[in-house]
Amino acid sequence: MAEPQRWWRHLLARRMVLVAAILLGLLLLLTLVGPWFLPDPMALKVSQRLKPPSWAYLAGTDELGHDMASRLVLGARYSLAIGASTAVLAVLAGTVLGLLAGFFRRLDGPLMRLVDAMMAFPDILLGIALVAILGASPVNVVLALSLVYTPRVARVVRACALVIRSLPYVEAARAVGVRSPRLLRVHVLPNLMSPILVQLSFVFAYALLAEAGLSFLGVGVGADVPTWGTMVAASTPYAERAVWMLFFPGLAIVLSAWSLQVLGDGVRDLLDPRLRGAP
Amino acid sequence: MHLGVLTRAPWLAWGRPVLARLWGMLMVLGLVSVLVFVLTRLAAGDPVALLLGDQASLQDIAQARARYGLDAPIVEQYLRWLGEVLQGHLGQSIFLQMPVHQVLLDRVEPTLSLALLAVGVAMLIGVPSGLAAAVWRGRWIDQWVSTLAMLGASMPSFWMGLLLIQLLAVGLGWFPVSGYGAPDASWAQRLHHLLLPALVLGMLNSALITRFTRAAMLDILGEDYIRTARAKGLPEVRVILLHALRNALVPILTVLGLTLALMIGGAVVTETVFNLPGLGNLVVRAVLRRDYPVIQGALLAIAGVYVLINGVIDLLYLWVDPRVRHG
Repeated sequence: MAEPQRWWRHLLARRMVLVAAILLGLLLLLTLVGPWFLPDPMALKVSQRLKPPSWAYLAGTDELGHDMASRLVLGARYSLAIGASTAVLAVLAGTVLGLLAGFFRRLDGPLMRLVDAMMAFPDILLGIALVAILGASPVNVVLALSLVYTPRVARVVRACALVIRSLPYVEAARAVGVRSPRLLRVHVLPNLMSPILVQLSFVFAYALLAEAGLSFLGVGVGADVPTWGTMVAASTPYAERAVWMLFFPGLAIVLSAWSLQVLGDGVRDLLDPRLRGAP
Repeated sequence: MHLGVLTRAPWLAWGRPVLARLWGMLMVLGLVSVLVFVLTRLAAGDPVALLLGDQASLQDIAQARARYGLDAPIVEQYLRWLGEVLQGHLGQSIFLQMPVHQVLLDRVEPTLSLALLAVGVAMLIGVPSGLAAAVWRGRWIDQWVSTLAMLGASMPSFWMGLLLIQLLAVGLGWFPVSGYGAPDASWAQRLHHLLLPALVLGMLNSALITRFTRAAMLDILGEDYIRTARAKGLPEVRVILLHALRNALVPILTVLGLTLALMIGGAVVTETVFNLPGLGNLVVRAVLRRDYPVIQGALLAIAGVYVLINGVIDLLYLWVDPRVRHG
């Protein structure tokens, strides 16, 4: 892992991982430069309501005459921002909890029981309950979903921490009197970077999906925030007449969640050669 | 491992780990109940203020709080609530004017039928594809299986559901569009209503089963007894199906149980898309109606069942695999 370049080469050697990386790159590029050449996503053209995809409207128009392609690019910002912030928050909190549980025996039992108890609630159900408490808004969805995915990350990090703490060089560092904070920072965290990266991409994907689910159920970011999830939800009454309104936002979710998971999976396979397919 | 383990009475070898797991399960159940209590209390705010509205005087409110025991310390309130729950009293639904346990029981059948059917679908997809991926490891079939499994895990269930409703129910008319049929519908009609949702739920949840099957088979295909079976000239089909798959059954059954447990509460979105009167659908409606006793009861039931199924799987492992028992 010492040579990032070689690491990347190994990762991208797998075709699917390469495809996923290209897809994500294209998505980010579109999100950034899309607004320059696509029509204004807020422009209403009542005469152009519910138009099927054409050269003028690449992904058709919605019930108010918005250009769907521009809406999708706009939605990408919200959806990806919500997914990414959830992933970062959950991974930060989960890493801290996992390290505490993995390195301090006394905390391990209680913390892991709490993790078990939280994971007894299905993701989406806990998400619903938390958003119901906090109120429907993008920030609250991020907070709720971060809470939902923190235990998952904590469990993974704890498992890795248990392995790392018994490695000879960590025991040696401890024996020569290196204190816990320095031990964690210098010897343990660098070893955790890859599993953390895996969790980051997976939680990102889960959060994208969960946000969409919550918004569909009406306990998400609020109907006025244009995420891909609210777009799918808004399309239901028109699904029969304008299936593109349903199809494209969902496709955007599928492609981004898929790319993120394939990337995460690729990193995981690099870590555990046992699971890796033949070259 | 020290020799004592081998010579001790068998019930001693059993007792400790079983008790430890039961104790752990009990602790988790206790924490689950605390979480449910805290969550719903936070969500509901002060039930008395809700009940009496903003016209009530401070005196009225104080009286009502005393009557419902809400002036007691929060820990005491929790313990009293827990006592009620343990006796099977989950309270009264505000919206439906029925005891909560009755509301829940009415919703169990659709949810359980959907979950069982969906696990069946997921198994039919996951086990053969995981098997194939392990046998032809690293070849194109392995790559495609993992790509497709990942694709399934990336699809929002409501999106897939809505598209299939458009295609197969509205378009081709093969399935009913939504609902669970008339109250007196026959089981065949019920099944017809459940097929499409089960297909969606099963397809999207097969990834976990695929992954487990593949990993278990890869482990076993590397074992000595497989090499022996091959060495004595058994045909490869027999080696894989009779020797390897049979030994992979325990992990596969485990993941099937886990998937079932996940689906009992996790089918919220699917149930809502297809308008099935199940537990998940109930929770969503209760949240939108702010019917807190129902939310409380349903969360408790769903999480409780999940912990119990997990506990049973854990205990079965203990029974099946002596290494876990002594390790």
